[in-house]
Amino acid sequence: MASLDINGKALEVNADPNTPLLWVIRDTLGMTGTKFGCGAGLCGACTVHLDGKPIRSCSTPLSAAAGKKITTIEAIGASDVGKKVQAAWASLDVPQCGYCQSGQIMAATALLTEKPKPTDADIDSAMAGNICRCGTYPRIRAAIHKAAKGA
Amino acid sequence: MSRLKNPARRTFLKSSAAVGGGLIIGVALPGGLRDALAATDSKMNAWIRIGSDNQVTIFCARSEMGQGVVMAMPTLVAEELEVDLYKVKVEFAPPGEAYINAMLGGQLTGGSTSVRDGWDKLRIAGAQARIMLTEAAAAKWGVSAADCTAQNGSVVYKGKKASYGSLAEAASKLTPPKEVKLKDPAKWRYIGKPLKRLDTAGKISGKTEFGIDVKLPGMLYASLAQCPVIGGKATAVDDAKAKGMPGVKHVVRITDGVAVVADSWWQAKQARDALNITWDEGPSKGLNSEMVFAGLAGAMSKPGATIRKQGDVEGAMKTAAKKVEATYEMPFLSHSPLEPMNFTADVRKDSAMLIGSIQFQELAMGMAAAITGLKPEQITIRTTYLGGGFGRRIDCDFFAQAVEISKTIGAPVKLVWTREDDMTHDFYRPASLTQMTAGLDASGKPTALSLKLSSPSVTARLIPPLVKDGVDPLMTEAILVPYDIANQSVATVIHDTGLRVGFLRSVSHALNVFANESFIDEMAVAAGKDPYEYRLGLLDKQPRFKKVLQLAAEKGGWGKPLPKGRARGIAVMEGYETYMAQVVEVSVVNGKIKLHRVVVATDLGMVINPNIVQQQIESNIVFGLTAALYGNITLKDGRVQQTNFHDYQLLRINETPKIEMHFVKSTEKPGGIGEPGMALLSPAMANAVYALTGKRLRKMPFSLA
Repeated sequence: MASLDINGKALEVNADPNTPLLWVIRDTLGMTGTKFGCGAGLCGACTVHLDGKPIRSCSTPLSAAAGKKITTIEAIGASDVGKKVQAAWASLDVPQCGYCQSGQIMAATALLTEKPKPTDADIDSAMAGNICRCGTYPRIRAAIHKAAKGA
Repeated sequence: MSRLKNPARRTFLKSSAAVGGGLIIGVALPGGLRDALAATDSKMNAWIRIGSDNQVTIFCARSEMGQGVVMAMPTLVAEELEVDLYKVKVEFAPPGEAYINAMLGGQLTGGSTSVRDGWDKLRIAGAQARIMLTEAAAAKWGVSAADCTAQNGSVVYKGKKASYGSLAEAASKLTPPKEVKLKDPAKWRYIGKPLKRLDTAGKISGKTEFGIDVKLPGMLYASLAQCPVIGGKATAVDDAKAKGMPGVKHVVRITDGVAVVADSWWQAKQARDALNITWDEGPSKGLNSEMVFAGLAGAMSKPGATIRKQGDVEGAMKTAAKKVEATYEMPFLSHSPLEPMNFTADVRKDSAMLIGSIQFQELAMGMAAAITGLKPEQITIRTTYLGGGFGRRIDCDFFAQAVEISKTIGAPVKLVWTREDDMTHDFYRPASLTQMTAGLDASGKPTALSLKLSSPSVTARLIPPLVKDGVDPLMTEAILVPYDIANQSVATVIHDTGLRVGFLRSVSHALNVFANESFIDEMAVAAGKDPYEYRLGLLDKQPRFKKVLQLAAEKGGWGKPLPKGRARGIAVMEGYETYMAQVVEVSVVNGKIKLHRVVVATDLGMVINPNIVQQQIESNIVFGLTAALYGNITLKDGRVQQTNFHDYQLLRINETPKIEMHFVKSTEKPGGIGEPGMALLSPAMANAVYALTGKRLRKMPFSLA
């Protein structure tokens, strides 16, 4: 049994402590907004926040998440920054297939929380870990700037 | 895939195409919608359902993988139906005769055909329903239908108004009108407008259901071990350790390998890694990349199939003042959509529920019927949103695997591949070699051109009847140059290299446009001419090519000075009835090519939604740049060597160039936009790198070493 604080709720989870957090979130808790892309921390599709920092849930064991505050895409709109990011994403029609976008939004929200007015170089370094095979990068960049302006 | 010329309707599947696992397909599809309609719903036709609560549902018969069909297709229906597009509910259509893509001859998403195939069909469906609803209202009021008007989900006559929901039941019983007059384009409310997509809200909140998100009651999870050499089989399995691991319910052998089924996917995956399997590596044992390219080069000595024979090439070459020769080489590519292959199946004795991300519903239905022994009427296939496709999900190997596992264990199961499974068991974009020779006269003008392409054929594997007299129509896309050259010979040789191949975004356009548009640049250099002017001088008979080329040159500042260390390249093509030219700007930083700016000029005829068109062009540039800089699947000991995104890199945000788009205003019928941009980027870049460095890049991915 592990105790998780996920999206503001305290939950008890019965899973092997070595299980990657991703699979606990998706399969055990049934929250499927967080995606499986590579299983190796290379693509960012599984990005969630652990105590506000973006992490790769596919390579973070359950044991490392216990006791920390976990936020997923399902609750990101509850924060002011997350809400602005989602609004900017909607306003610029960022998603295509949409599969990576949960991870992109989690990464962008973390960036804007830390740096409310990011430069292009800041965006490059914060977002380069998140792959979008559809190539929505020009709109992701524009949406981050838009969110920084208050969307 | 581009349009198949005169596809004998249904040749495709009725001719028993042999697909993965030796299954035979060719089933009859159900005639129409088989879903149980709610008592309050009325079906106007295969595309439209209207509830008594006024909820309009439009069926989207193509798979949504980012390209925007879920928006574009309902737009066409709603335009004529006269309903609020943003209040419409869109559902993905089940397999059915009504949903066959007439351009491809099957219920399949590919070839940038969705809008082209649906352009008339969907507008007519919307108009028919509108007329029937109007007639129902007229009958109710005892007035002439001609005096009634349909608007915004209601029919009105003088002071009277009836909602579609109140008319739908009566309207659905009327005979659909045979002849319908479609709206005057000047009155279009949706077509041509940069409308926001209907699917964005779900995709920014994590709510959209992709195949991998499907959950059925009592569902188990599977991970499948496949032979590391594609085509190999398990000969012995030691599963003693795996079976004792937590959560493991079954270890089953299926056609493609050994599956572990467990309570959670992670448990299944852990136990799969504990299997000890002896493989017979099959016919591709020992295959490596050197053998592949030696085979392609050897095949060049065969005469091949003639695609074009015009004039006297040999004679013209003899009298040419100058000869230009080059060979271009393309690697195998992986599709790598971000959602790894997966599928959810619940096969029972008398029914099957099959749900997930697929591009080829008709093939899936045929495979499911063959595996389960059930009739198509007993099988429900539901398509979810796709986390990328790019052609990978045309093949249904993962689908068949899930069906086989569920049938064997008698329980609902979700099969999920790892990224490594996905990359090492793809159907790869064919590798190829193209040999080109040109003869120029004393003024530099080309008098002769010969081209020979050697490549494996996807069509020969997946749809063999379409290959006739050695000609694969999906290997010869854009193989004919648009340039006015009197003497030409163009031939192709189909050569199976031993690695399975599949349709990947832009299909053979990528191979042929890279060779042709690089070679015309080499000819211009040999002639001592500017590459833009040289092309322009040979396009007098091709006004649409000429126009996009001129537009790209103008907007891209062709001929204007650039900062030191930068150079431009240009290229032009036609694909999917869309004409496109690109001007790119590159530099070389620390021995690496950097793409700064891409100016794209496009003539795709009439545009349904400029917003989605721009998305698709942006997408193609990024996809094309990945291929140009990184894409390379190699083989050693029969195994694909790349396994994940560390050794098969995909482009990232920091490498993305500035993309500028310009359009030729056109009233031609719509062309496809999902694919051409990708094919064109690589020659434009290679030409720019030549202009900058004097090094000609004839092999992809590009390397300056």
